[in-house]
Amino acid sequence: MKSFNDNNRAGGVIKNSSRFRFVAPFIFGLLTLLSLTFFSFISCRPGRSGHSLVIAGSTSVQPFADKWAEVFMEKRPGMIVDVQGGGSSAGIQAVRTGAAHIGMSSRELKEDEKDLYEIEVARDGLAIIVHPSNPVNSLTIEQVKSIFVGEITTWETFTGQKKAITVVVREEGSGTRGAFQELVMGKSRITKKAIVQDSNGTVREIVSRDPNSIGFISLGLVNETVKPLALNGVLPTEEAILKKEYRLVRPFLFLTRGVPTGLAKEFIDFVLSEEIQSLLAKEGLIAVKKVAG
Amino acid sequence: MKAKVKLERKDRLIKLSLLVVAFSAISVLAIITIFIFEQGTPIMFKYGLKSFLFGQDWYPSEKSFGLLPMIVGSLLVTFGALILGVPLGLGSAIFLTEFSHRRLARVLKPFIELLAGIPSVVYGFMGLMFLVPFIRERFGGPGLSVLAASIILGIMILPTVISISIDSIRAVPDSYREGSIALGATRWQTVRMVVLPAARSGIIAGIILGMGRAIGETMAVIMVAGNAADIPGSILAPVRTLTSNIALEMAYASGEHRQALFATGVILFVIIMILNTVANVTSARQRKR
Repeated sequence: MKSFNDNNRAGGVIKNSSRFRFVAPFIFGLLTLLSLTFFSFISCRPGRSGHSLVIAGSTSVQPFADKWAEVFMEKRPGMIVDVQGGGSSAGIQAVRTGAAHIGMSSRELKEDEKDLYEIEVARDGLAIIVHPSNPVNSLTIEQVKSIFVGEITTWETFTGQKKAITVVVREEGSGTRGAFQELVMGKSRITKKAIVQDSNGTVREIVSRDPNSIGFISLGLVNETVKPLALNGVLPTEEAILKKEYRLVRPFLFLTRGVPTGLAKEFIDFVLSEEIQSLLAKEGLIAVKKVAG
Repeated sequence: MKAKVKLERKDRLIKLSLLVVAFSAISVLAIITIFIFEQGTPIMFKYGLKSFLFGQDWYPSEKSFGLLPMIVGSLLVTFGALILGVPLGLGSAIFLTEFSHRRLARVLKPFIELLAGIPSVVYGFMGLMFLVPFIRERFGGPGLSVLAASIILGIMILPTVISISIDSIRAVPDSYREGSIALGATRWQTVRMVVLPAARSGIIAGIILGMGRAIGETMAVIMVAGNAADIPGSILAPVRTLTSNIALEMAYASGEHRQALFATGVILFVIIMILNTVANVTSARQRKR
């Protein structure tokens, strides 16, 4: 009640002086204009010159590429490496059209994309995790699929206990979900009833607390609070991945139009160097140097 | 005379600068509104308003943008928060103004207001650590549920409901109470039949503000609601609200997925506008009486 009276009084003062009626819209317009220019400045990206390198593509590779670019720029002052997201397909498109010097993909190239020059810079495994108290140790890929589709809804067939399975997944658009969709689900949809979390860490947190849950996370982030399942009898170890026995693995690819030259080649060589490759394990990835050797 | 002119000029200058400040706040609101609608409406018309409002499948990667589960989710969780928060809040307000010792009220009220200062992520974390396991073990289900989100939000709206209710109950003139008691009514009868009806518009305003807080809350809800994009079958099932939908998927969304998240924002905007209008109309009607 009181505040309403106050408002009316304030309004009255402004209306009494006719000058303000002209000033107000003017200021309003000016401020709008100012903020718009401000926003357009933010969205502007630095232009490309001879000393800059544009990398675009998979959002799964992006955070790692960001780090590599940072180290690279520290070593070579004056060079600008601009890492952008967009997804694997967008990255492939960007290299084709020349919008990016290097494309990033976290999936194998399709037949009609093989015209691009591909360099594998790292590998990432995907672990299916359950609560440590869960007696299940191994599932087939088909069983995992049925659980995530929502056809199998209790642990009964695996443990004999009639407990509802809590399915935990990542949000739409995340690279980890994309990889799981592609490697396990194929064309089938993940059940709507699945609990959705927006990071590998929270998926692990929930699975480590709920004895009836199952989820998937990047292999490098598995720790003792959760139990990784063997798939078709193969545990997700680095060795099994190197021998290609564990199937839930995706490559991190760098793509160029033709054999890389100049700054692009310098950056790729840098990522493949001992210095970066030896750091991969710390970040949860698997080095490709060992794959080759 | 000269001094007066100088003062008047100074006065005008201050008025002008205050006007600038006021309009800059409004222009931010205008920019946000224009931006959300400009980004969100094209995709709604492209795929049809109906598929957004009544579609039950949210699979943006397959161009399926049904927001019904999130609309239902937001309303359910908000309603749940009100069921828990309003009786508790109103009860506390009545106790603190009408029944408790003045000194006790003076000690308790700051503590209640302190509740409003706790960051929402802390509420979410406490919910995840204590409430979710409790629900999972006692009632079954994953624990991340409509119930967990409603309880957390019910607590979060308490300070808003309590302080505004206290203010409006205190604003009721003492002569009303004295008159009622003189007529032979008991203290509780006085509260129920005289004080509460007199304070009604203020109390409703408090509830509306609490509702606004509940429907807009994001962080705490993401942490305890489970975020399944499905219409919950029971209060123990996970649920996703409109705000969580935007916050969860904004990070990697691009193209139409991103636009669909802006469309989520448009729908949230419209729902909040409708609720506010209904609230304003009802409280204005109350005031007329």
